[in-house]
Amino acid sequence: MSKKSTVLADKNDAAGAADPGRHRNAPINKQLTAEQKIELYRQIVRIRRFEERSLRSYLKKQIGGFLHLYIGQEALAVGCCSLMGKNDHIITAYRDHGHAIAVGMDTRALMAELYGKITGCSKGKGGSMHYFDPSKNYWGGHGIVGGQIPLGTGLAYAIKYKGLKGAAMAFMGDGAVNQGAVHESYNLAALWDLPVIFVIENNGYSMGTSQTRSSAGDLARRAEGYHMAWTSCDGYDLYEVRSVMNEYLVRAREESKPAVVEIRTYRYRGHSVADPDKTYRDKAEIEEYQRTKDPITHNQNQFLAEGVLTEALIESIDADARAEADAAADFAEASPFPTVDDIQKDVYWEVDNPDKRTSEGRLFFE
Amino acid sequence: MPVITYREALRHALSEELDRDPNVVILGEEVAQFNGAYKVTETLLAKYGPKRIVDTPISEAGFIGMGIGASMLGVRPVMELMFWSFYSVAFDQILNNAANVRYMSGGQINCPIVIRGPANGGTNVGATHSHTPENVLANHPGVKVVVPSTPYDAKGLLKSAIRDNDPVFFLENTMLYGDKGEVPEEEYLIPLGKADIKREGTDLSIITYGRSAMQSLAAAELLEKEYDISAEVVDLRSIRPLDIETVLASVSRTHRVLIVEEQKPFASVGSQLAFMIQREAFDELDGPIHRLATVDAPAIYSPPVEIEQLPNPQRILKAALAAVA
Repeated sequence: MSKKSTVLADKNDAAGAADPGRHRNAPINKQLTAEQKIELYRQIVRIRRFEERSLRSYLKKQIGGFLHLYIGQEALAVGCCSLMGKNDHIITAYRDHGHAIAVGMDTRALMAELYGKITGCSKGKGGSMHYFDPSKNYWGGHGIVGGQIPLGTGLAYAIKYKGLKGAAMAFMGDGAVNQGAVHESYNLAALWDLPVIFVIENNGYSMGTSQTRSSAGDLARRAEGYHMAWTSCDGYDLYEVRSVMNEYLVRAREESKPAVVEIRTYRYRGHSVADPDKTYRDKAEIEEYQRTKDPITHNQNQFLAEGVLTEALIESIDADARAEADAAADFAEASPFPTVDDIQKDVYWEVDNPDKRTSEGRLFFE
Repeated sequence: MPVITYREALRHALSEELDRDPNVVILGEEVAQFNGAYKVTETLLAKYGPKRIVDTPISEAGFIGMGIGASMLGVRPVMELMFWSFYSVAFDQILNNAANVRYMSGGQINCPIVIRGPANGGTNVGATHSHTPENVLANHPGVKVVVPSTPYDAKGLLKSAIRDNDPVFFLENTMLYGDKGEVPEEEYLIPLGKADIKREGTDLSIITYGRSAMQSLAAAELLEKEYDISAEVVDLRSIRPLDIETVLASVSRTHRVLIVEEQKPFASVGSQLAFMIQREAFDELDGPIHRLATVDAPAIYSPPVEIEQLPNPQRILKAALAAVA
């Protein structure tokens, strides 16, 4: 079997070892009300149940293409997105369902998109890998490894250009760090002090290739070559994700400084559902993570201990999340597909806004 | 009317749009302090400052992608590629992001970016720096592709391109930067997708664009003088959107067609035109459609031979005679 991934431990981890309550007691977490904590926990559960429900539909062939599930990584997106203010924006790759739910997109539209229906968040034109909702400052949903990172850098550029106090979070997997576009983005962001946090969701595997077989050196530390701040942390604990990310988000908003944050996480399923997940890691490794670091169990236990959650509440949250996922699937199933006439809509702004067209000539060809 | 160069016409367009819209920003390699590799952006840094005229690293995938992302959020970047030949370095960004993001988001996101720079042969810079990717770019629904041939067209089209809400790829020509022409002082726009009949004629329609339109005009003069053949020269100006109606109307007047393009012939702009003309004006044709393209090989360095690889008045003349035979 392959070697397990090795992820850098840094000063954040050293500080955490010295003071286990460090993240829980960070002001950004201290200020959370019980209701807010419950909502964060609810989002984690909603993502899990949505993903499980979409998997069932996929296996029944109601969903086509690829399906990259976020199961195991939920607390990471929830923690990061919970910090977003009105001028903060995010962009991610193709494992994009968790972020979409975390920013507040309607799961019915998300499921309908998977089903390829006109009621989907992208009218059935994008599919699983291409969720978008600019009204939630969510800019996708991108299919090419690393290709979204220059765009995230551009979001930060636009924030700065417009003089807004905001930041962009550009999420990528650990496999994306070797793309040239990522390094070019690092350089641009550092060179021009753009308010972007490059978030490496390190789940240990770029598809079926472990980190040790795909990347030289430490991932986040590459930021040093660009004189950019960096750190690493664990992604299963809401408090830790929030307190670490908040530090860099505040710095980005206030001082317009970029950073690289590597967040250790794990996916329980294959790279996509099409990945049999039998050749590159053993079951024991998955079970070990589930047993010790599962985002639902971990945060549930933490909130139970604090008296924020009760067993009854846990049950009702879970039941609600399952019902929501089922309702989303029902909605998707009942929705119509786009028509042939829809194929050439949403291609050109001018075609969709014919009264404002200024160009002439033919735009489509046979 | 003032006579200015193609280069100056472009600069005036940039300057007017920078004045008009504070969201317009120019980014590219050497565009600011160096005043532009081909001096199109000369003086703009001094006038608009480093926030709006920005030198980028040699990092096309990064900065083109960054411009695309910024345009999604409402900035209107005009990105300079020192050569369009470098588009391939940024092709993932251009194709998968600029061309697709509107569609994949179900129309929620616009990408009002302009990418401009020269795309041509004829300067002996060899195969890697002489690409003419208008056909490759235009193959992707969602993008617009413009290739101006005169100072007047360059200015009017660039201003429209900057105001357009879709990605517009604006292909200039280093061989034309010094060409002079009349450009009015007062503001004007030329809509994208409107062809221009640069010369009227009755015996042959030469359908062309970019520098080839200028070469075709020279060939048309020779045809008139030496062979008493009246050739019409239709300058497409815009590849996508495409003004096929003007092309078809010309064909219905002359009944003979020669397509001239500085393009490799396979799956070129001319291929698409030939298909459309035979499909929509079959009965108007008195003979097969002819085409003169770049000789099908990577761009040769050897200066005298490169002239023969590209369309030139003599090659066009020969092809025109074959088309009317």
